[in-house]
Parts: sequence; structure tokens; C-alpha cells
Amino acid sequence: MNPVKAPLDTVDRIMLAHGGGGELTGQLIQQHLLSQLNNERLAPLTDGAVLPWRAGELVFTTDSYVVTPLEFPGGDIGRIAVAGTVNDLSVMGATPVALSLGLIIEEGLPVDVLDRIVASIAATAREANVEIVTGDTKVIERRNGDGLFVNTAGVGCLPPMVHLGLEQVEPSDVVLVNGCIADHGLTIMSVRHGIEFESDLRSDAAPLNGLIEQLLTGGVRVKFIRDATRGGLAGVLADISEHRQLSIEINEGRIPVSPTARHAAEMLGLDPLTVANEGKIVCVVAQDHATSALEAMRRHPLGREAAVIGRVTDTQPPLVELNTRAGGRRIVQRPYGEELPRIC
Amino acid sequence: MTPGSRELRDQLTRLCNKISRQVQIMEVCGTHTTSAYRNGLHAMLPENLRLVSGPGCPVCVTPQRHIDAAIELAAENDVMIATYGDMMRVPGQLGSLEKLRARGARVHVVSSARGALQIARDEPAASVAFLGIGFETTAPATAATVLEAERDGIENFSVLMCHKLVVPAMLALLEAGDVPLDGFLCPGHVSVITGAEAYRPIVKQHAKPCVVAGFEPQQILLGLVHLLQCVQSGRARLENVYRAVVGDTGNRAALDLMQRVFVPADTAWRAIGVIPQSGLELAPGYHRFDAVRRFSLTLGEDEDHPACLCGQVIQGKAEPAECPLFDHGCTPLSPIGPCMVSSEGTCAAWYKYNRSAKALRDLPQSQEVSG
Repeated sequence: MNPVKAPLDTVDRIMLAHGGGGELTGQLIQQHLLSQLNNERLAPLTDGAVLPWRAGELVFTTDSYVVTPLEFPGGDIGRIAVAGTVNDLSVMGATPVALSLGLIIEEGLPVDVLDRIVASIAATAREANVEIVTGDTKVIERRNGDGLFVNTAGVGCLPPMVHLGLEQVEPSDVVLVNGCIADHGLTIMSVRHGIEFESDLRSDAAPLNGLIEQLLTGGVRVKFIRDATRGGLAGVLADISEHRQLSIEINEGRIPVSPTARHAAEMLGLDPLTVANEGKIVCVVAQDHATSALEAMRRHPLGREAAVIGRVTDTQPPLVELNTRAGGRRIVQRPYGEELPRIC
Repeated sequence: MTPGSRELRDQLTRLCNKISRQVQIMEVCGTHTTSAYRNGLHAMLPENLRLVSGPGCPVCVTPQRHIDAAIELAAENDVMIATYGDMMRVPGQLGSLEKLRARGARVHVVSSARGALQIARDEPAASVAFLGIGFETTAPATAATVLEAERDGIENFSVLMCHKLVVPAMLALLEAGDVPLDGFLCPGHVSVITGAEAYRPIVKQHAKPCVVAGFEPQQILLGLVHLLQCVQSGRARLENVYRAVVGDTGNRAALDLMQRVFVPADTAWRAIGVIPQSGLELAPGYHRFDAVRRFSLTLGEDEDHPACLCGQVIQGKAEPAECPLFDHGCTPLSPIGPCMVSSEGTCAAWYKYNRSAKALRDLPQSQEVSG
């Protein structure tokens, strides 16, 4: 690694030439990626990683990550890219095994920003106990200054006894979340709009495979799990209701929302139910397993504020309905696109 | 239900029983509309109490001609547009700012007028026009920003003035007399600036009770209790249940800013038409910051969709579901009228929180979704 260290040190921003496949590309990979991500499967830099595999089913997923700003309180694009794909595998019931990492870097990205994000990728991967085993880097011409796009794909191993699926959801099942909702989306929006709140609002971005494993191996009859990312809690509940043609009744007073998030959502005119999360799951379990599911979640640090928020009913037509804290009742729908902060 | 809410609901029920006729209260502000729907308050109101929405959603009352002017600025004058997010999807005759941005025009969403001025500072070679939308809540910030632009000599900044005043619109509604109203739930935000006394003319000239309330569900319920007490006793009073935040005379500094930079002017409201002295223009000393003057724009006529009832909705004359376009071509994804665009709009709130629960359950069996 040492012979190539000097030239890049004099460069503080990524140049197009870093993507040219030549000497500079080698330096970029060696000094700024492998230095933090190295492991025995990635190190040979072969065209693909070879993974040992035991018999059984494999779960495969991919996701691309685009976020402005790249770094924000509680996380950065790297943490989301690892946690997001790990979570996509985990909510399928799979144990994450390995991830790929594709970086599309915009010319001009400060090298120290890249270093911090790669360090965050490495740290989050360690936290999730999963390795980055293959990767790719491209540099594109300067455009908006957004800087960096990340794609991660992941493979996981599906244990034979795990059977999760929407088709198992039935009336009288209960719905749980693992903690306070809306922190991520509100953090991003307040940073973007230059609004600071008195106490700290932080993204909840986190790999949830540990929590989910605890839930699935704790003797709880779990029927369905989904991470409540874009579209928020409302999006997941609408999915369940639509696919199963069943209603879901939730209670506002039971849904964990931090006072800061509630205040921020009010200020921005947003409904916390529709705001994105990066470390929250919605989980459906049989009614008589509600307590054990809640206890299993609360035993994990990322589930301390878990709560039973509602139940599935066969009321027709299928709707998600919210009993509000004020004593009213209204329907809940998935949001329509980019949520726009209000004026007035 | 919290004990406070239950007590207030019970009071409302008792008052409504005593009044024993249909009572119609207008919530003037879009934030009240949204909060009432989001908190499911309509489901807990007595049957003879009806809340109707008023002209208090700034996006909804902005006439199409201003959207068209903004689009003309961006498309033909190569001006960078800075706007509050709500305006992005409002359709003009040639599409929305959101669609224009997708075609490459420079349209920025800002959360304050100063944010727009900052863009002008950062890009001295560009010309930046800020869409000055909103009532007395956002107008002082626009005024302060114009003063800042003048002080710092930022000449590539201008404002497309669409600011409006709440009380003249309420008076115009009463004078038109088309909507039977028993009283007004007056907006907390606006009243912080204007002071509760601003509604005195409504109480005096039209004998309609006005109660200023905040946006929390309990505040709305408390405001309604006070309004119903007025209705029951037959006495029109001006009351303020939001005293912690709203005073009688308002925010002197903000009012001074507005008075220094703006002058009242006749202005057009969507589908209502021109209401005398209900809008704000830049005072003569600040004309060089006026986008209409700077770019010699001509504000044309509105060509609203003939079937769109937004104009009726913002005057409390129609409910969203009475509009033939509601959920039939006009949805938050592809809004036809502004009431469906803004998060403060009555149609959007209705669509989001109220659209189907009762209506769908009341459908005849055969139309129900199977499953």
C-alpha cells in the first residue's frame, strides 16, 4: 500500500481520473476503501466473491441510496446503505451473510468526506456482523454537487423454520413497532431546511438483524415483518391492508413518537405516520403472542421502546384507521410522493 | 381519549342539544382544517355541528395567474424561482413548477424568504424571484427580507407578491351572504401577528362570534365550546382561548415591518375574484424588488378547470366530495385544483384522512371491494 500513498495525499477531492481504471483508481481502492473494509473475501480483488453456502434457501436483495445531505445527525449515506440492505434481508427472516458495495462518486467529492463515509460503512457492517465481499467504484462528472450514490446488494440465508409472509396475516393479529417513529425523515428534512430543534433530533438508522433474530428465535409466532422506510408506518400498514383486504385499527396514544419529533412534524406540517424511518420495523404476530413479542423486542437495545400499536380486523372495506389521542377517528393512507413542508 | 377531550366533547354535545338546530362554524385557517381532520375531530362532533373550511389556505387562494407568472419568469426570463414547497404542484395553465423543474428550469424549494435571498447572494449572476405567498404569518418575513436585500444591495432578488390579508376575506364572505355561518374559529398563527382585536369588525358589523384558538385538538374543541356558548346565548363576542400565544394587539414589530414595506391593495382570490384592500403590494420605495415590474409581467386571467369546485370549497359553499373531480381525476398525486395540492388544503385533508371511512362503509354491498 505504501508506494502509492504519496500522490493521492496531495489531492483533497475526487477527480474523474480516479474512475479511469488506472493508477489513481488503484490508489483510491487501496487507500480509501480496502484500508477500512478489508476482509479475506474482498482482499483478492477478484471479479466476484466466492462464498461458502450451506443447503437451504438464499435471500437476495438490492437497494440504491441517494440522500442529501450525505452526513446528518445520527448517520450518513454509508450507514443507511449497509443498514438498509441488512434490514431488507432480515425482515424476510434471513440471516445476512454478505454485501456488495457500489459507489458512484461525483467528481469533486472531498476525500475526507469519502473517508468518513467508508469508515461508517465499515463500522455499520461490523455492527451488523456482515462483510462487504465485493464492490465497484465509478466516478462521474460534476453535476449537482450531491457527491455520492451508493448501491448495496446482499445475500442472506433463510433458516428452514422461518416462515414469514403477508398471506399469514389474519383478523385479531396484533401489530407492533420497535420504537419511536419518524426520527430519520424529520432529521433529514430539518437539516435540509436549516431548522434546528432545541433537543437533538437524530436519524434512527441502524441494522436490525440482531433485534429480528432475537424475535424469531424467541419462540414468538411472528407472521410478517417489514421495515418502515419511505412511506413510513402508514405505507407498511396500507400495504398489509391492501394485500390482505383486511382492516387495521391503530391507536395514536400507543405509537411511540418522541416529543421532539412530534414538535418537528407539527412545525413542518407533516404526519409522523408517513415520515421515513431507517431503523424501525412493523411486526405482525398472533394475538396470544403479543406479550412475548413485546418482551423479546424490549430485551434488545433497538427495541426498548417497542409497543403494540394496534390490531388487524375483518371490518370491510379494508382500511387503516387511527383512533386519535384526542378521541377522534380517521383513516391512514400512504403518502403520495415527496412530502412538502407547509407554509402558513 | 384524554379526560380533557372527553369533557370538551361532552360540553359540545350538551350545548348542541340545547341549541337544537344546525350550527355552522367556519374554521378560517388551513392549519385548523388539517389538524381537525388529522386528529379525527369530525368523528366526535355532535351531528348538528358542522365545521366548514374557509379561505385560509394560502396556496388554495392564490389565483392561477400568479402560478402562470412564476412559470413565465422561469421559462421565458431565465429567472431562478424560490418558493415554499406547497406551491410546487399547483397547476397553472402550462403545468406546475414541479414539472417545470423536471424539464430543467431552476426552481428551488425554500423554507423562508431569507432562504431565497441567500440563493441570490450565492448566485450573483442569476436573477432570483421569491414567490411571496401567505397571510400575515409569512408577510412580515418577506418584508424583512426585502429590507435586508436593500440594505445589502442585493439587486438580483425580487418578489412576486401574492400576500393576502385574512380579515378582508372574512368580511367579503359575510357581505356576499352566500354561506350561513354562526361564527368563526380564528387562526392562531395569523392572530399572533394581527392580535385578536383584528376580528372586532366582524363581531361589530356582522354580529358573528369570533374565537381565536390554537391548533392542538383540545384548543380546537375549546374554541368550539366558546363559539357554541355565544351561539346559545345569542351574543356575538370576540374571545381568545389561545392567550398564552396571542395577545390583543399583535406583534408590533412585525406589523411595523409590513407597514413600512407594503401597501394594501385590491387583489384577486382564486375563484372569489378581486376583494378590495385584501392583498399587499410593495410600497413605492421598494418597487425595484417587485418581480412584476422588473420583468414587465402582465398578470393574465385564470382559466380554472370548469368542473373544479376549489373556489366553492374555500368559501365553505361546498364539501370536497361534492366536487365531480374529487378522487375522479383530482388526487394529491395529480391535483387539478389547489385545495388538493397544499397539505393545508381542505380537499387534501379530506382525501388523506376522511375520504373513505364513512363513505366506503356506506356503499351498497355490490360495490364493496371483495376479499
